[in-house]
Parts: sequence; C-alpha cells; structure tokens
Amino acid sequence: MNVLELRKLFPILHQEINGHPLVYLDNAATSQKPESVISAVKAYYERNNANVHRGVHTLGSRATDAYEGAREKVARFLNASESNEIVFTRGTTTALNLVASSYARSVCGEGDEIVLTPMEHHSNLIPWQQVAKATGAVLKYIPLQADGTIAMADVERTITDRTKVVSVMQVSNVLGVINPVKEIAAVAHRHGAVMVVDGAQSAPHMKVDVRDLDCDFFAFSGHKMCGPTGIGALYARKSLLERMEPIEFGGEMIDHVDLYESTWKEAPWKFEGGTPIIAGAAGLAAAIDFLTEVGLDEIDRHESKLAAYAYDRLSEMEGITIYGPREGRVGLVTFNLADVHPHDVATVLDTEGIAVRAGHHCCQPLMRQLEVSATARASFYLYNTEDEVERLVSALQRTKEFFGHAIG
Amino acid sequence: MQLDDLYRRVIMDHYKNPRNRGTMEAESVTIQLNNPTCGDRISLQLQVEDGIVREARFTGEGCSISMSSASMMTEAVKGRTKEEALGMADKFSSLMKGDDVEFEEYEDLEALSGVNKFPARIKCATLAWNALRKGVES
Repeated sequence: MNVLELRKLFPILHQEINGHPLVYLDNAATSQKPESVISAVKAYYERNNANVHRGVHTLGSRATDAYEGAREKVARFLNASESNEIVFTRGTTTALNLVASSYARSVCGEGDEIVLTPMEHHSNLIPWQQVAKATGAVLKYIPLQADGTIAMADVERTITDRTKVVSVMQVSNVLGVINPVKEIAAVAHRHGAVMVVDGAQSAPHMKVDVRDLDCDFFAFSGHKMCGPTGIGALYARKSLLERMEPIEFGGEMIDHVDLYESTWKEAPWKFEGGTPIIAGAAGLAAAIDFLTEVGLDEIDRHESKLAAYAYDRLSEMEGITIYGPREGRVGLVTFNLADVHPHDVATVLDTEGIAVRAGHHCCQPLMRQLEVSATARASFYLYNTEDEVERLVSALQRTKEFFGHAIG
Repeated sequence: MQLDDLYRRVIMDHYKNPRNRGTMEAESVTIQLNNPTCGDRISLQLQVEDGIVREARFTGEGCSISMSSASMMTEAVKGRTKEEALGMADKFSSLMKGDDVEFEEYEDLEALSGVNKFPARIKCATLAWNALRKGVES
C-alpha cells in the first residue's frame, strides 16, 4: 500500500488551512472521499438519474441497477448470505433505530433485559433507552475494565435468560478498543438473545464478516468509509427481517394499498419507504470498490501501525493522558493535555492546519466514567502518514508552551 | 489567524483566576446550561433584589473561553439593574457578530472580541450570557 500515491486520489487533502498543509485527523467523525466516489455520484446525476423500481424507461432501469447493484456490493462487503439481508438506511443511527423500534419493541416486555456497554455511542444507547421506557424492559451494562476493555467473565455475568437484545460497538470511537463481539454473540445466543453490532467504527477499518461474527444485526455508515453522507446500511438475518414490521410507511415500500388496509413488499424493501438515497448508494458502491482494491487488511495494518506510533510519540510528552490500552486498538488516539482544555487544544491545532475532534464524542456516559468532561481525539485513515503524526506532536508541544506561558 | 487575537492576556487571567467562582447561600435563582455539542457546563447563581443583580456566582466546566467569559460576565453584571444586564447581553451578542462594541461598564469584555474570528468558539463565549438572560428573565 503506497500511502503517498493513495493521497493523490483524495482532492480535499491538497489544500492549505490557515497557511499550513491540511492534516486531517478527524476520520472517526467522517472520512474524506476519493475521486472515484465523487465521480460516481456525479456520473449518476449526469447520466442515470431516475426513480427506482418503477421505470419502464431506460433511465429507470439504470437507476434501479445502480441502487440494487450497490446492495449486492454491500452484501459481499459484509459477507452476508444474500443481498436481501441488506437494508439501506441514512447511516448507523437510523439502522440502530430500526432494530430498536421494529424488532426490540415487538419482543421486549416488562422485566426483559437489553444489554449494552458504558462505552456505547449515543446512537447505540438512546434508542434502547426509548425501548426500555416503552416496554418496561431494563437496561443492563457490561462493566468496563480499568483499561477500557471488556472481560468475558463480565459478559457471562450480565447476560441472562431474560436478555432479549445485546448491542455492542465493535470498535470504540473513543478508546479505540476492538470489542470481542463474536464471543459476546455466542453468549447472547446461548441465552436466546439477538446480537446487534454497531459497526460504525469497524467497517471502515477492518474486514467484517457477519457470518463469522454470527451477529443478527450489523449497522454501519458509508461516510466514515470513503462514501457519501446520508447512506449506510443495516445487515439483518433474513429470518428476523421477515418477521419485522416497517416503521416508516409510504411510497416504494408497499405491495397493495386499499382505502383502509395495505400490505408491504418483502424485506428489505418494506423498510425503505420513499425515494431512496440512490446517488448515495452509487457512491457507497464506489467506496466499497475503492476499499476492496486497496485491501481492508492492508488498511488495518497501516492504521494500527500509525496508531501505535502516535500512541508512543504522544506518550513521551509530559502532562499527557491517553485513554484506552496501547495494544489491540484501531487507528485513533484520544488524549488530554494537562491544564489545557481540549477545545483550546483543537483551536490551536487548527491554526496550524491540523483537524482533530474535541468534546465528548457522543459518549457522555463514557466521559463520566473516565472522569473528564471532554477529550481531544486524533483519528487516522488510510491516507495519513507518520509525518502527519509528527506535525501533530510538534503542534501539541507548541500548544503546551503557549498555554504554559499564558496561564503559567 | 493569530492565536494572540483569541487568547489575550485578560482572558487567560480570568481563566486562571476566575472571579465569582463558587456558590452562595443567599436567596437566589440558579440556571444550569449545557453546550450539548461540546460538553461545556455552567451553573449560574443570581441574587436579584428590587430589580438589581446584587450577586452572581458560577461553577462549571469548560474551555478557557467559556470559563473566562463566565468570570467576566458575573463581574460585569453585579450591581446592575436587570435592564442594564440584558442590555449588556445584547451588546455582547453584537460583539460576537464582529460589531465594534465598547464596554465602558467593564472593559475586560472587549478582550473577547477576537472570538469572532473563530466561529466554532462563539458558542463557548456566549454560554454564560445565555444563562444570564435565562436567569434575569425568569
């Protein structure tokens, strides 16, 4: 994998921010897009745009092919058994809400359990809180170890025969840890619960095989993996999708409509009411082609190496706290500089053209557990380099000096 | 963009030595505001008597801009009538829009004019003033 060659394919990277070459280290929030994705979206609008699933005309067929072709690509990308197990959504959030609102509400009752972890992103937390409120189910949390990892003994203790749903992120957007979702799924199944995997931070960075994980649901977003915003998908086991009721109603999703009663299409189309995100699907297909060509294993290796490098270089700085373990992490490092608030860190870095995220990262419960109100996070992708890590380190050094001087 | 435009000495002084930080026993109203996008929190306590803001205290967590702004705001509105306090809040909004505003009442506030050049930080500076508005209008 030649990173410098790959960088050339991303137009946005080649610009100056505040007089410095852009160093984009906010990939866990959203990734940048290669030329091929941008042109796939453009080509769709310039050549093929029409509505899907009803065109007798040529453009209608092309649009349908683009959309359904993307579904097949997603299915292969996740190693699903068939493309009918893929529901297109707006992203991870809508995918998880679909599982919560449709599946979980129908199976959960008073006293049933939904099992999560305290590190979940708000989008894998609040939908379950709402299910609990509506059904009388209770939320239970697998506790975290001091280093932010999950111990299987705690998983065994938390999941019981009353558990209906277990939902865990495969990769933490704050701690960078990779959670043992395959092992957790096995425990969930032993107790008759379904396993939901929030793949927002894993699908972009590592090979995902839903059949190997043996999960029942897997949600991800296109925009974090070189695709456009506004498109993502839910993988769901076919037998579950068939049982689930739609939560949005209208055009596209119906079979027969009467004045008082209607019936739905089969899954996955019954979950896709309204004109779908066709251009987004075309862009996502191009993103999957791009990532497959580069190789997910290669990307994984590159990022892990970069994260370990960043972890070590940052560790050498005095007054820095890094959250999460050094080993077994993906390409992100979350940290705080003593006596400098992360917003101030991010502002100073921005004046040097370096984009990092500062805040709670949509993980307020985890922030409380870490006993901080906010953190700064540098998150990497396939186009980031060790030179960029060095620029981060030296800019952080200057941040420390600036604030040390200003408030010292 | 120059860092010194944003982090002026007066601001860093208020950050390091916040005025009116803490709580008070007196009968008062307390307003709690969060900045949900970044996690900043402020709890503002106001003692208002006969239409005058007698005392103001704050606690909270946040960056240098939000905490120094809270320090300055409490210092600026103490002893002012509610109308004067709201008038200053309006003037502060103008300052954040980049208008040329003078605070003869409390000059330190002018140090925050540089925030205008850092759009992502304006909400940090206005958090305390939003709490003040809520408190005075309650």
